[in-house]
Amino acid sequence: MEPLFKTSYEVARADYTSAGRASADIKRRLKQLGVGGDVLRRVAVASYEVELNLVIHSLGGELELNVFPDAVQLVSADRGPGIPDLAMAMKEGYSTANDEARSLGFGAGMGLPNMKRNADEFNIESTVGVGTTITMRFHLA
Amino acid sequence: MLVSELIPLIEAKNLTPTISTERPVTCGYVCDLLSWVMSHGDSGMAWVTVQTHMNVVAVAVLSEMACIILPENIDMEEESLAKAVDEDMVVLTSPLSAYEICGRMAARDIPAHN
Repeated sequence: MEPLFKTSYEVARADYTSAGRASADIKRRLKQLGVGGDVLRRVAVASYEVELNLVIHSLGGELELNVFPDAVQLVSADRGPGIPDLAMAMKEGYSTANDEARSLGFGAGMGLPNMKRNADEFNIESTVGVGTTITMRFHLA
Repeated sequence: MLVSELIPLIEAKNLTPTISTERPVTCGYVCDLLSWVMSHGDSGMAWVTVQTHMNVVAVAVLSEMACIILPENIDMEEESLAKAVDEDMVVLTSPLSAYEICGRMAARDIPAHN
């Protein structure tokens, strides 16, 4: 099915100053499209988490927003480095964030579990040396 | 309680005086680990933190909080304050410690959750 609305954002590695710009724009656009309440809040939180993950952990990537009649979809695809142990990465409290990220208050190891909690459907695929793709869907009532 | 009523309660100074403080505070929270706050933040929350960089504002806005409270007279960078005003997020600074700010909010029945 073709989305009603589609846009994407380039997210750069270690760019903490611009972090949150994509998710803020996603929230603004969804609001304009009439998405509100609980779904909007969940998408906002999950998109910020995934955007920060791109900044903190990836070599850079792209965040895509697709709006369907019955769902909002976020797809984050990065250019590596890939996650060696997905089960560990999904564990609350496990983090491989560096000192810079930690000094800003990130790296609690809550990002992926929080995305999973906020999305209605969550899928993560990762290949070391290739990259990680996270797909989340949020059902519109 | 409104943010405008919270200000005298915690002896705070409003660092974003150009935006309205007539907005309800429905719950309170204290934490400096942003990724923790992302998973526990809630709408209407008065959030106490010593962090002052741009991402603090982003987290508060995304969670639709009522205000950010900096304890012990901590100031916020101009850049972050400009973003806060831009995003309509109130930032307060109080001479009290995080412990005392939360104590006073709790004594006035501001709950931990909505």
